[in-house]
Amino acid sequence: MIKIENLYVSVEEKEILKGISLEVKPGELHVIMGRNGSGKSTLANVLAGKDKYKVTNGSIKFNGENLLDMLPENRARAGLFLSFQYPVAIPGVNNMYFLKAAVNAVRKSRGEEEIDAVDFLSMIREKLKMVDLDESFIHRPVNDGFSGGEKKRNEILQMITLEPKLSILDETDSGLDIDALKIVAKGVNDFRSPDRSFILITHYQRILNYMKPDFVHILMNGKIVKSGTMELAKEVEKKGYSWIEEEVAEAA
Amino acid sequence: MSNELIKKSIAEDYKYGFETDIEQDTFPPGLDDDVIRAISEIKKEPEWLLNWRLKAYHHWLNMSEPTWANIKFNPIDYQSISYYSAPKKKSAGSLDEIDPEILETYTKLGIPLDEQKMMEGIAVDAVFDSVSVATTFKDTLKKAGVIFCPFSEAVTEHPELVKKYLGSVVPATDNYYAALNSAVFSDGSFVYIPKGVRCPMELSTYFRINAANTGQFERTLIIADDSSHVNYLEGCTAPMRDENQLHAAVVELVALDNAEIKYSTVQNWYPGDKNGIGGIYNFVTKRGACRGKKSKISWTQVETGSAITWKYPSCILQGDDSVGEFYSVALTNNFQQADTGTKMIHIGKNTRSIIISKGISAGKGQQTYRGEVKIMKSAENARNYSQCDSILIGDECGAHTFPYIDVRNPSAQMEHEATTSNIGEDQLFYCNQRGISTEDAVSLIVNGFCKDVFKELPMEFAVEAQKLMEVSLEGAVG
Repeated sequence: MIKIENLYVSVEEKEILKGISLEVKPGELHVIMGRNGSGKSTLANVLAGKDKYKVTNGSIKFNGENLLDMLPENRARAGLFLSFQYPVAIPGVNNMYFLKAAVNAVRKSRGEEEIDAVDFLSMIREKLKMVDLDESFIHRPVNDGFSGGEKKRNEILQMITLEPKLSILDETDSGLDIDALKIVAKGVNDFRSPDRSFILITHYQRILNYMKPDFVHILMNGKIVKSGTMELAKEVEKKGYSWIEEEVAEAA
Repeated sequence: MSNELIKKSIAEDYKYGFETDIEQDTFPPGLDDDVIRAISEIKKEPEWLLNWRLKAYHHWLNMSEPTWANIKFNPIDYQSISYYSAPKKKSAGSLDEIDPEILETYTKLGIPLDEQKMMEGIAVDAVFDSVSVATTFKDTLKKAGVIFCPFSEAVTEHPELVKKYLGSVVPATDNYYAALNSAVFSDGSFVYIPKGVRCPMELSTYFRINAANTGQFERTLIIADDSSHVNYLEGCTAPMRDENQLHAAVVELVALDNAEIKYSTVQNWYPGDKNGIGGIYNFVTKRGACRGKKSKISWTQVETGSAITWKYPSCILQGDDSVGEFYSVALTNNFQQADTGTKMIHIGKNTRSIIISKGISAGKGQQTYRGEVKIMKSAENARNYSQCDSILIGDECGAHTFPYIDVRNPSAQMEHEATTSNIGEDQLFYCNQRGISTEDAVSLIVNGFCKDVFKELPMEFAVEAQKLMEVSLEGAVG
């Protein structure tokens, strides 16, 4: 699905990612954990193609294509989705209109016919149920006046509507109460399939109580310093990050 | 999001810039008493109107151009402008008598004057340079008692109404451009809605400047008698030319007891080219008087054209419980400048006003919102709500806000909100990440921003307004 090799990224001359290599195969769910400032969100933004992030070295292949050559909208159309840590409000733009524009942009790029309003509405009704939202939700302006939980559920709604191949969830769990967390986790779990992959970026092990990751990676100072399975996440939860730091220091 | 893409997505050409090749009678450039006498004579005006014009002219000679607006332009040589230009072929009652070139012009602009082909429910007065060339659906309107005709026709057919109301809202000496207009106005639309009548269709005037080196000075007067109701729409375009042309109009509205006037404008004069060459100077005075109790005047404007816009559609809220509204979207791109806003003068008791202004600046466009809310001593329990939002696209444009508030009665309730924001790179990236291209995203965001104003427009105009935003900003809008 995606293969990142020896990736170096700078933001305004400051090096944030220092040689990341990661391969995610179809059907896999990878978790990336780490402290604030370790480079987690930078990785997410680079994959999605945000402007101010400068790749100084390395490569990213997305289903065989060179991801770094693609415009952000073309990455999205090719099936890469980012659930934003801080979803942006677009006042005055109806949530349904926005989502329909997105769906049709993806369809158009595939040479498919645009979906009409009636078909779209019946499709979206099904999806709304999956994230436990009522219909009034899609008639509100995009993320405008949404609570933190609503914003995150909206991201998941967009994900399951756009049906991407690779979903990157950037701290989708932060700021959620336990009920919202369960809904978000369920939304993701129901969406998992052998041909869809996920990169879940998180601070806490908490959401992993509701998900089954295949791999867990620890990001520290711009590098993946340790990889493992669910057990690694549990260890971090129990002991924090300092023991890994010590390990890294010893190895160096 | 790169600036290049933003720049590309706001560059679009003006689609109404063609010129109609017809023979016209055009006065030589210059202005003096004789020119005014000549205009008045062509129109077979009564003595009182000629004197009114001359008085305005002599007053104007002693005035100077206002300098308080936040706009910059080279001095206008008023002697180099021609003050009258009309197609040679005389237009009269029937369409057959209109020059086919002119009919073709309006068809090209999307305003077919043939009633059969017209959009249902809208009557049009077509003003071509200095004269009205056609008014449609006159008979249908006549049956309802509604008068909708060229201004010059109203002067001869309904002199008592014209005499009573002309200059009663915007006096001939009101300001520099209004005084000039009062002296030289050539045509425009006249509307009278009798007592208790709800105008059966929307009324519309379409202004077209065609001749070079002329100014357009039209005058519109709308009177809504007791308990009547009318929706009025105004549109305008002009050919692309390297020199600036002056458009100085006056619009007066009068609403009597329980009457309601809704006046919508989609202003799309030629804005000049990408380097700021050419374009219309749009210096317009629009004012409505809510004279009657519970009367209501609502201005909605979408201003995307003109090199310079200087315009403040206002309401004088005289009648108790009267309501004034101002909804505005103004867009300045390239080198366009706009200084626009409104005045709400509260005189009667329980008068209410609402101001919603949305400014969009792109390119090197400069935009100013200038609004005044005045609560007079007599205006017990007056209320105003003002909201002025600006959005900037790129980093070379500007937005400025000058709200003036003058409250002389302590019972007044005033609310004012203002925001300025950049069209966020974050917003664009968010749209891109969902597969939406940058140009579509710009349209989407701008249309969302303008929604509170667009929803006030009649259906057909809302569609046209959105199309215009597309032309000015490019990209799909739905």
